Amino acid sequence: MRIGVVTFPGSLDDHDAHRAVRVAGGEPVSLWHGDDSLRDVDAVVLPGGFSYGDYLRAGAIARFAPVMSALIPAAQGGLPVLGICNGFQILCESHLLPGAMIQNDHRTFICRDQRLRVENATTAWTSDFEQDDEITIVLKNQDGQYVADRHTLDELESEGRVAFRYVVDGPQAPEPWAVERYDRFASRNPNGSYRDIAGVTNERGNVVGLMPHPEHAIEEGYGPSIDGLKFFTSVLKSVVNA
Amino acid sequence: MGIVVVDVMLKSEILDPQGQAVAGALPRLGFNQFTDVRQGKRFVLTVEGEVTDQVLAAAREAAATMLSNPVIEDVVSVRAVSPAAEAQAVTSQPAESRA
Repeated sequence: MRIGVVTFPGSLDDHDAHRAVRVAGGEPVSLWHGDDSLRDVDAVVLPGGFSYGDYLRAGAIARFAPVMSALIPAAQGGLPVLGICNGFQILCESHLLPGAMIQNDHRTFICRDQRLRVENATTAWTSDFEQDDEITIVLKNQDGQYVADRHTLDELESEGRVAFRYVVDGPQAPEPWAVERYDRFASRNPNGSYRDIAGVTNERGNVVGLMPHPEHAIEEGYGPSIDGLKFFTSVLKSVVNA
Repeated sequence: MGIVVVDVMLKSEILDPQGQAVAGALPRLGFNQFTDVRQGKRFVLTVEGEVTDQVLAAAREAAATMLSNPVIEDVVSVRAVSPAAEAQAVTSQPAESRA
């Protein structure tokens, strides 16, 4: 199973995404932003980072990179695509997913282990989870506030297309250096995202985007859990079954 | 040489964290009269020759497809500006000559 990982100028987490694919049992394939070929991969990961320095808007310039002219029609045709953090921003800018990402409402960068609830366990990237599973993976972003108009949000909810939601009702260990900030985060989600949305999917379930980073939580001893591995084992199964 | 100026603002219903940060800092300098600040983007597009209707149409298309994201932003204006006026607008002037 060949899983492509796109590297843009400013991508940071492409190597971790490669590693996650390999640990899950797939073959990672490097894709370059300047190529218009997807090299016959079976799925694609758009990794985290700051493509093009987040200039203009996060993901706005990457969205017009040559590789995207091949990726967008392929995704519309059913190719599984996972956008992580900056990759999620690129998917929103490409209109492959609805909504947009703006700056965290508290105006500070956030980096912590984050609990999420799996709201849709039927997509190409979430089928190894159970509905309502709670997972803990890494969150680290500046522009992580998911926004959309009310009509779009209602549509996402009614069609079951909210893939992940931030869990905000339980205690979370405060970073010792940010107890004051923790108080602001304790009873609300970490970036102001509307309706606590951490990730969404398209109608078909092949395109998924989320702000937190599953590729940083795939091996014991490195990261808060190995919950992230299931994203990658899910897509390997979905490719086999396709 | 012709110039097209494009102004883009966050939609009013979208939170503007940058504007809020500026609004929070202004009172520290004694500016207490501003109850809200919204921050936008100004693009200055230069073309060779005159700003024709075709150039303006292209600028509008660029504004709608790349310079703004219609989910969160509005294109407030796309307009031709004379190079002299634009140069004057961006050249710093002595404080007393500013009205």
